[in-house]
Amino acid sequence: MTVLLDRGCNTNTAHSAPVLRERGQREVFCGLTGIVWLHRKMQDAFFLIVGSRTCAHLMQSAAGVMIFAEPRFATAIIEERDLAGLADANDELDKTVQRLLARRPDIKLLFLVGSCPSEVIKLDLSRAAQRLSKNYSPKVRILNYSGSGIETTFTQGEDACLASLVPELPSDDSSNPSLLVVGALADVVEDQFRRLFEQLGVGPVRFFPSGSADNLPAVGPNTHMLLAQPFLSETARLLEERGAKRLSAPFPLGVEGTRAWLKAAASAWRVSDTKFESVIEMPRARAEKALERYRNTLSGKSIFFFPDSQLEIPLARFLSRELKMSLTEVGTPYLHKDHLEQELAMLPQDIQLSEGQDVDKQLDRCRAERPDLSVCGLGLANPLEAEGLTTKWAIELVFTPIQGFEQAGDLAELFARPLRRRMRLAV
Amino acid sequence: MQLSVWTYEGPPHVGAMRVATAMKDVHYVLHAPQGDTYADLLFTMIERRNVRPPVTYTTFEARDLGADTAEIFKRAAKDAFDRFKPNAMIVGASCTAELIQDDPGGLTKALALPIPVAPLELPSYTRKENWGAAETFYQLVRTLVDREAVKLSTASGRPSCNIIGPTALGFRHRDDVKEISGLLENIGIDVNVVAPLNACAADIARLSAADFNVVLYPEIGDTAARWLEREFHQPFTKIVPIGVGASRDFIKEVCDLAGIEHPDIADLGNMPWWSRSIDSTYLTGKRVFVFGDATHAVAAARVATEELGFEVVGLGCYNREFARDVRTAAKRYDVEPLITDDYLAVEDAIAKAQPELVLGTQMERHIAKRLGIPCAVISAPVHVQDFPARYSPQMGFEGANVLFDTWVHPLVMGLEEHLLHMFRNDFEFNDEAGASHLGGHGAAAQEPSPETDNIIRWDPAAEKELKKIPFFVRGKARRNTESYAAERQIQLISVDTLYDAKAHYGR
Repeated sequence: MTVLLDRGCNTNTAHSAPVLRERGQREVFCGLTGIVWLHRKMQDAFFLIVGSRTCAHLMQSAAGVMIFAEPRFATAIIEERDLAGLADANDELDKTVQRLLARRPDIKLLFLVGSCPSEVIKLDLSRAAQRLSKNYSPKVRILNYSGSGIETTFTQGEDACLASLVPELPSDDSSNPSLLVVGALADVVEDQFRRLFEQLGVGPVRFFPSGSADNLPAVGPNTHMLLAQPFLSETARLLEERGAKRLSAPFPLGVEGTRAWLKAAASAWRVSDTKFESVIEMPRARAEKALERYRNTLSGKSIFFFPDSQLEIPLARFLSRELKMSLTEVGTPYLHKDHLEQELAMLPQDIQLSEGQDVDKQLDRCRAERPDLSVCGLGLANPLEAEGLTTKWAIELVFTPIQGFEQAGDLAELFARPLRRRMRLAV
Repeated sequence: MQLSVWTYEGPPHVGAMRVATAMKDVHYVLHAPQGDTYADLLFTMIERRNVRPPVTYTTFEARDLGADTAEIFKRAAKDAFDRFKPNAMIVGASCTAELIQDDPGGLTKALALPIPVAPLELPSYTRKENWGAAETFYQLVRTLVDREAVKLSTASGRPSCNIIGPTALGFRHRDDVKEISGLLENIGIDVNVVAPLNACAADIARLSAADFNVVLYPEIGDTAARWLEREFHQPFTKIVPIGVGASRDFIKEVCDLAGIEHPDIADLGNMPWWSRSIDSTYLTGKRVFVFGDATHAVAAARVATEELGFEVVGLGCYNREFARDVRTAAKRYDVEPLITDDYLAVEDAIAKAQPELVLGTQMERHIAKRLGIPCAVISAPVHVQDFPARYSPQMGFEGANVLFDTWVHPLVMGLEEHLLHMFRNDFEFNDEAGASHLGGHGAAAQEPSPETDNIIRWDPAAEKELKKIPFFVRGKARRNTESYAAERQIQLISVDTLYDAKAHYGR
């Protein structure tokens, strides 16, 4: 079921190659999956999915995260009697929240997360959140967002979650500029960036999401925001409505991306070029050195991206420019032209960009291309390997610290390892 | 609404996928939104299948809901037929599509495809994975079976049976089928068809040519087997051959169904001797907690008591549909049956029972790890480790050998147990370190704290003495001492109370 909506008419981007837009079967997760990392990042928040047994099953089996402790997420599984009428469903939801909060008095922030079934039966979770907030505030803040598959693809779940938090952020009316880094990052990456900004004299720096509900970053007309992830269109829009100004930059992947990303903030703070270069000199040199090791393995190798996390375009830019890989098709679930403006400008012209998916047709193209490396979801990886294609699990790129100078080598390693392994094996 | 942290079973359409994926030429068109494709990776990652499951997802979006989702379904079904050219198709809806009521069965009928199509009604808000698999297999059998087939035994003179129930993503189904097929052939019974695992649509048609059915997995095969019994006078087996005793009973049962003499089975495998050998004495009376699907749990309880000499201190299952079997068995072992799919309730029950070994699912493996109790997996839900590269059946005589190894190895071995008792304060060879053959640094035991409503206190000296008891029996010692004290209204447990209780309970 392919619909070619437009080919060759996307004049807004610097990249002038046509974008292939497809719809059909999508081999990607829904937005609920974002809970897998968000519940670890925000340590006093709890995510209650209002959904079906399918949602619960997805969370435990797809994400592969059987965590030994009782996790900070759960599913309120809709049953037959909840479908009888919305009044009943609302009553049931209230009872479920009551049970949960009695069991987990440590929860300070509760997200009611909408799913496909809750949306189809039009269970209004924003009203539920308001209703429940009356009972439980100020001890517990209750918010809602949708992670449903009919509305969101994989990382868009983080976007929806952060967007629901934006109205909760305190106002920053100070006349001094501040920097807001938007998008969940691994703790180690956050610490590295914090140190670099400090050395540059850029600050105060706040990260969103923060580790705790009590410590939400403030936002106001003097907030400059730097997106750390490419999938935050709604969050960025709402932050802009609250006065924040987006610093246009590529994403902090690889040496070039990280440098330009830091530079965007440094320029806003009028840090001199000399100072900027001297601050980043050591980590930049380390990153260059780390990448050097992977060039032999990766340079000249072709790579094909199936759509997954929206990180595909920044990753493709990094692999083509810093490791000299050759790009074939770069698929992304959603192409946000404004946020990716600088990324798109850096891509080679002769590649196929695709947005959306009709998986069987895309597999046909991949098989015809026979790339040296295919980046794809977990459902496709083993079948492609069995066909003799080398693959890289896309999800690892979301669950691994890959941003910043110190991780540039690790990022290259993720792509090099499958190729090295294939060369090594003699069975 | 049910508040759920972890679930034992997926939704019913995942059961349908297990049937479709098990088969060779059946395609499943599933009306479902984006995201439901996660289920593919259960097969490609957990089971390491090297092809994608034969499932097409319609992938409708929010904006389609006001428009024509039925049209999306029809196009997906037609495209799937053209691309994959299956010999039979099943069509149905996942939980979300069930709500929009597009009638996949009717829509597919309108396409007039030149192959048999089985429409599925799998109520997602009341039923679960095993039920979905059973219903799907039953519907496929009804749709595809040949009503005119001649019994195979008429021509060959040898009795024949079908093996019913194994699917994709089943706990050791691959190896059980091999073991039991071999066993049946050895005693002179032909296997006509194995289904659904590795069957094609034409094989399902031939089911009616067998004399009887062997149901290895009642959770999945029972519905179809009952229907085949009614329609084709094919009786079916009730004994699941897990363990030496059950395997022997199973052989008698199939011989009776086949009308042949009971053979002398000379080779029962190593398990009986391994269990009788003197080294296994230390297994006597080990307290085990058993939880899984009903069939595997009941079978494991029998093996545990009759063949390893364990004591069953807890028995339960997560599938209510077969709870009756568990209740009956629980009476035999004088334990309260635990029928629940609430993971937290199972955790509480295990913590209370303080067993020395847990025989459970991957979920109980986590519970046991947290409580510092050894554990072996006996049942689905499965994990990548439940698909070993080696041959590792649960059923038949080789299956019994596997059970011996996998249940006994997590335990502290005989002589080590004695040495731990004797020299409790050895700085590296002590109970905090865990069983030495497991790397010596397994999870340290987490002792459940005494009941909060318990007014009995421990004298510090008694508490210290209790700590000298190795971790794998410490929980039992604590519990025995406390109930001994409670019965005698002793409020402060002394060292003497501890030893009095020891003498009272023995061991």
